[in-house]
Amino acid sequence: MTGLLRRFTRHPGAVIGAVALLLVLALALLAPLLFPGSPWDMAGAPFSPPGEDGMLLGSDSLGRDVAAGIAYGARVSLMVGAVSTIVSILIGVALGALAGYLGGVVDDAVMRFTEFFQTIPSFVLAILLVAIFTPSITSIVAAIAIVSWPPVARVVRAEFLSLRGREFVQAAEVLGKRPLSIVLTDILPNALSPIIVLASLNTASAILLESSLSFLGLGDPNLMSWGFLIGSGRSVIRIAWWMSVFPGIAIFITVLALNLIGEGLSDAMNPRLRKRGAP
Amino acid sequence: MNLTRRNLLAGAGSAPLLLSAQEALSQGAQPKRGGVLNIILNPEPPILQIGVNNQTPTLICGTKITQGLLKFSPSLDPLPELAKSWTVSPDGLEYVFRLQENVKWHDGRPFTAEDVIYSVMTFNREIAPRLRGVLSGIGEAAAPDPHTVRFVLKQAFQPFLLCFDATALPIVAKHIYDGNDIRSNPANARPVGTGPFRFVEWQRGNFVRMERFDDYWKPGQPYLDGILWRVIPDGQSRRLAIQSGQVQMTTATDIEPFDIPALRQAPNLNVTTRGWEYFSPLFWFEVNHRVKPFDDKRVRQAMSMALDRNFIVNRLWFGLGKAATGPVASTTRFYEADAKLPPFDVSKARALLDEVGLRPNAQGIRGSFKYVIPPYGEIWNRMGEYFRQAMRQIGFDVTLESTDAGTWGSRVANWDYEATSNVLYQYGDPSLGVERSYVSSNIQKILFTNTAGYSNPKVDELFAKARVAATEADRRAAFSEVQKILVDDVPLLWVVEVNYPTVTDKRLHNAVQLGTGDHACYDDVFLS
Repeated sequence: MTGLLRRFTRHPGAVIGAVALLLVLALALLAPLLFPGSPWDMAGAPFSPPGEDGMLLGSDSLGRDVAAGIAYGARVSLMVGAVSTIVSILIGVALGALAGYLGGVVDDAVMRFTEFFQTIPSFVLAILLVAIFTPSITSIVAAIAIVSWPPVARVVRAEFLSLRGREFVQAAEVLGKRPLSIVLTDILPNALSPIIVLASLNTASAILLESSLSFLGLGDPNLMSWGFLIGSGRSVIRIAWWMSVFPGIAIFITVLALNLIGEGLSDAMNPRLRKRGAP
Repeated sequence: MNLTRRNLLAGAGSAPLLLSAQEALSQGAQPKRGGVLNIILNPEPPILQIGVNNQTPTLICGTKITQGLLKFSPSLDPLPELAKSWTVSPDGLEYVFRLQENVKWHDGRPFTAEDVIYSVMTFNREIAPRLRGVLSGIGEAAAPDPHTVRFVLKQAFQPFLLCFDATALPIVAKHIYDGNDIRSNPANARPVGTGPFRFVEWQRGNFVRMERFDDYWKPGQPYLDGILWRVIPDGQSRRLAIQSGQVQMTTATDIEPFDIPALRQAPNLNVTTRGWEYFSPLFWFEVNHRVKPFDDKRVRQAMSMALDRNFIVNRLWFGLGKAATGPVASTTRFYEADAKLPPFDVSKARALLDEVGLRPNAQGIRGSFKYVIPPYGEIWNRMGEYFRQAMRQIGFDVTLESTDAGTWGSRVANWDYEATSNVLYQYGDPSLGVERSYVSSNIQKILFTNTAGYSNPKVDELFAKARVAATEADRRAAFSEVQKILVDDVPLLWVVEVNYPTVTDKRLHNAVQLGTGDHACYDDVFLS
């Protein structure tokens, strides 16, 4: 593990990404301390430019503090990213493992099912699901999870297919281990690195997906998210650029950080790169 | 002044037309022939025949083709249009209209009293649900000669004349509609009217083109060669179009409220909020009285007190409106200035809720409910967000719900909501546009009825009395009393009297003169 950490920290981009993500995380956690009260409070004059009226990043069309919106929005965006990724990984790993380990008819059935989802553009499907189940945080998280598990399933299946025939798996089978325990204790730990990399990238795309949905007005109307901030600022961009620019920067930094981390993890976990000067 | 006498005076001649020409002269602009007027059409209507469709864009566009018997000044006095004069009998039962002569339909056939009788007794009675009650109160409709129409009512109905605007009772050609199904008539796609402009072409998603009708009944008019209605779905593009002079007029919700202050400063543009007096749209928050604690009027009073209407008008509507003081818009005739809602006062509102027994818990919450956001654009979302914060101040936790237009409509119509908001037109008279939201006989599972379920026998009685009262004074007394009861009962949380802005290019003249504003026929509009 320390070796992994060392290899990860050798990657400058990954370190920058990790630091940026930690800052966003800190902002999300400290939001109630930094901005007491609700981000929906109409705290000052509408359309105050950044720095005026005691509001660092300006105010929106109702006089709500954009900085407070971004801080509370970080909680929503990170939460949506994390929860929907966990759900999509669970679905993807379960189905991918099933297909890869059992093979045959089960593999065919699961893969056709996966392809069914992959043929539909994921954003269109997400819009459809949210519109049908009325926009709420649950329906949004569910929709994002439903559209983002198929790549996970495919990757996990491929890993399982290649690991399935290895000697240590055969040995476990000969020893009489039950299939479930082989999958969980022998194959899965060895397939973990691509899943972790995929998870960090999926989190980034989940945050983007939630923002796009909110931007289109399909967000949870009770939660201040970054996409909502941009969506509500879009039409007044000629009067108040700060309403959409700052939340946009927040999304950009967070998504970039997650991508950098994903890349760093991928490099750190890649056994071929490991040889370069590593112990 | 007696309404009947005023009608006679207004009907006596074409004084208002002379007046508008004089006004134009005093502004240094002589009416000038020629030029094509470009107007924004948004959203694109499904059909241009008024009556078959009554959405705002249809009404604004269709009134250039289809006319009514009367039109209305900003103070809602009737003025001659297809009727050149009219008389009302002293008992208020008999209405006789003298029609303009030499009026031709766009297909060349002459316009006669038969067309009017068909339009009133068949066409509009069949397709205008709002007026069905009024029109079925007509006992007799006759045409003593081709240019006279006589209606005899079963019972006096003072605002009868107000129903004869083109937007409410459009006059259509009998030879086109009679005997055919109205809604599926092919003429709906190419409307035929008596108006100054005839329909030429409609490229869906792009434009509607109208040309000057050369046989129009006012000699020398219209002044314009034609009108081109441009469909521009994006708000910022619409703003650029009017600013750059590509179009010479925008109306209603074409321009977002927050863009209006900048347009007021533009040297080439005029911005006015006049011209909506006949409609007088009133915005309110609506609570379902079947849901506790909204059945308690003290709760509704407290909620009303928690709303800072001046903040809403200035910050959310950017000054395009007026704080509402009650159920009747101040721009209409029977507004009672003495009936006023209690002012904005959060601490008083909290005290009132304490008195009801709704005590706050440790988090300061007295209760929670859901608010359905009508999905008609940004301002509706902002109003919902404001409402949630205002209610939070007095201890109500409001959850906002987003829906699509169909769901919103059916949920409100089926009383399946706790709170929402709505805008209704008042049509110049409380019997036509206000009564429907409060009388218990109109508690129906239909949108724009008394969906909140408010019921007060005294209110029912007063509205009924005002409806059939023969004199204006009697009606005024009843309406004043009912407004005083309503501001105390607060069946709905009235918030804003909406003033839609009309933005016109300075080269455009006479665009907004009537109480129906840009719903006029535009035979006297010209470009300099």
